[in-house]
Amino acid sequence: MGQFIQQLINGLTLGAVYGLIALGYTMVYGIIGMINFAHGDIYMVAAIIAVTVLTLLGALGISAVPLAILITLAVVIFFTAIYGWSVERVAYRPLRKASRLAPLISAIGMSIFLQNMVQLTQGARVKPIHAMMPGGFELFTHDGFSVHLAYTQIMIISVTIILLAVFSYLITRTSFGRQQRACEQDQTMTALLGINVDRTISYTFMLGAALAAVAGVMVTVYYGVVDFSIGFVAGIKAFTAAVLGGIGSLPGAMLGGLIIGMIESFWSAYLSPEYKDVATFGILILVLMFRPSGLLGRPEVEKV
Amino acid sequence: MTAFIPDHSGPGMTARLKDATGVAVVSLFLGIPMIALHTVDVGGVLAVATRWPWLIAFAVTMFTGRLVLQFALDHLKINKARRERARPAVRATRPWLKWTGYAVLGFSIVLPIMCSGNRYVVDTATTVMIYVMLGWGLNVVVGLAGLLDLGYVAFYAVGAYTYGLLSTHFGWGFWETLPVAGALAAGFGILLGWPTLRLRGDYLAIVTLGFGEIVRLILVNWTDFSGGPNGIGSIPRPTFFGLPFAPAGDGPTFASFFGIEYAPEHRVIFLYYVILVLALLTNLFIARLRKLPVGIAWEAVREDEVACKALGMNVTNIKLSAFAIGAMLGGFAGVFFAARQGFISPESFVFSESATILAIVVLGGMGSQLGVVVAAILLVLLPELGRDFSEYRMLMFGAAMILIMVWRPGGLIASRAPTVRLHKEAQP
Repeated sequence: MGQFIQQLINGLTLGAVYGLIALGYTMVYGIIGMINFAHGDIYMVAAIIAVTVLTLLGALGISAVPLAILITLAVVIFFTAIYGWSVERVAYRPLRKASRLAPLISAIGMSIFLQNMVQLTQGARVKPIHAMMPGGFELFTHDGFSVHLAYTQIMIISVTIILLAVFSYLITRTSFGRQQRACEQDQTMTALLGINVDRTISYTFMLGAALAAVAGVMVTVYYGVVDFSIGFVAGIKAFTAAVLGGIGSLPGAMLGGLIIGMIESFWSAYLSPEYKDVATFGILILVLMFRPSGLLGRPEVEKV
Repeated sequence: MTAFIPDHSGPGMTARLKDATGVAVVSLFLGIPMIALHTVDVGGVLAVATRWPWLIAFAVTMFTGRLVLQFALDHLKINKARRERARPAVRATRPWLKWTGYAVLGFSIVLPIMCSGNRYVVDTATTVMIYVMLGWGLNVVVGLAGLLDLGYVAFYAVGAYTYGLLSTHFGWGFWETLPVAGALAAGFGILLGWPTLRLRGDYLAIVTLGFGEIVRLILVNWTDFSGGPNGIGSIPRPTFFGLPFAPAGDGPTFASFFGIEYAPEHRVIFLYYVILVLALLTNLFIARLRKLPVGIAWEAVREDEVACKALGMNVTNIKLSAFAIGAMLGGFAGVFFAARQGFISPESFVFSESATILAIVVLGGMGSQLGVVVAAILLVLLPELGRDFSEYRMLMFGAAMILIMVWRPGGLIASRAPTVRLHKEAQP
């Protein structure tokens, strides 16, 4: 029982991080219908920048934890959004009219490029930072197993809930959201109605990158170690989450992220940690067999 | 009429300078957290170090690079516009492509004879041929049938491990294993394809990616079966119809049978010809298939799935056949890979390998057999050439993938001529 609750908490935390990254995938997929393969690496770039900023703040003597994290978030979101913008500009915009596979290949190229760029400029070694928010609550003890809820876990889960609410509002209620959904449906028509499609797509990439930035900062604070190769696995998992939840749907991405986080933590705890990724992908295949458009996705009707 | 004369002079100098300044500013921002600031390990604790001169150099490079590139592009655009006007409306089919194909074939046959003293060249050429074969196999799935497969390396792994296990445990030879491994890989293709092929393109992509990862993870973790991360070693090398490539010992060897002096290059050259023959057979096989109903059906499904369904075609079976045949070819390549390396481990079957093969197909121009060859040569030689500055080679590799795609979105050889045409008169 104690272990079950503990794994539930761990799974929720992990799932929240996957969900945040998956939101970026889903938004980009929704608007231009392509898999942004470099998104996982944007997240990695954010985590690396977060390490730099946190170290810098430590050197400057800013030791109040909430202040340090807020400054880090702001700085990392700013730079990561620029990375997101540049990636779209360099690798995807010239290919918007090309076949579906061309942007996928340039995205894979971009992913390789970002990973190696960070490895060259920041070094290949793992970057540890000191624990920023140690400790947490001890919820209860059951059969000698005490269940902990770390402060970082509370932070991750609450930030994720807030961001999901903000983004749902942004997409469904604001004029930017309407423009964005219009672009999803028909870019030509949207352009005819006087909406700047290019700019809307750029903003979408920047917002996606900003979400990845938040996830990157959270993970840096949570685990305390980061290196240049974390992007690939996180990206694949998050993309799996987006597909599982139904790609293009914001709540779906979050749900998918939570499910994958749960599967991972429970499978590791009760069955075998080596096969947790096999379980993740296996469940993805199973879900898609019975619901080809994901859990919350709308089934797509193909018109001739 | 004057209004319709296009202005070829392009934007003026001021606009170009403004544009380049914008690029420089963005690169400054991109560079601050990555180039200017970096963290270094000082006695176990991270400290921030700065490299401002590098950042300035980076921004200046981007500024001049953008300026030069823009002027070059302007110039090219003017030339292209001129050529467009001179060109007749209908483009003739390109006979030079065919002749290039024959030239490449001839070159690949004489290559080991020309370079028999240079083992490195033949080895690299063998690697190129493996990728050509993999590219042709994946081309059936992606280029002809239009199915996005991101886990192709799984079938390659199935082939390699089939040979690795059968040869080390049961003493099977290279040639006996080849059909078995092909059939097994095709079986895996059907196993994966059967439940998933009704998914739309990108869902299929992630499922195949997941499948590739599942196969790799099983190979890593199921130590009793596959040797785990250590892989399988001392896999027997192929023999020349039973004659091993070895220094004279007991029994006839290749060298003693033909009465020539033993040289280690013999095996390298033999392996090269084996993969060359395998690849050529693959090419012939695909060329024939494309003319058969099933090949035509693949292209039809790629072009319009709904129409195919409406015509009563069994789309799932058509896709499955493409998947199985692509997988089988990947399995053949895997057997050869295992025989050539003599050692296999899950490290060789990671996602980046799938991405490389897919990149070969797409960069070459989907559906173009010659394009695959050109792209395979490019993608294998690029990192090889970059070995001297090996730190930068993967960076260059990624950048090259982006640049080639942006430069030619349809691939290097983007002539995807339909196999079936209407009558000559009906053509525009």
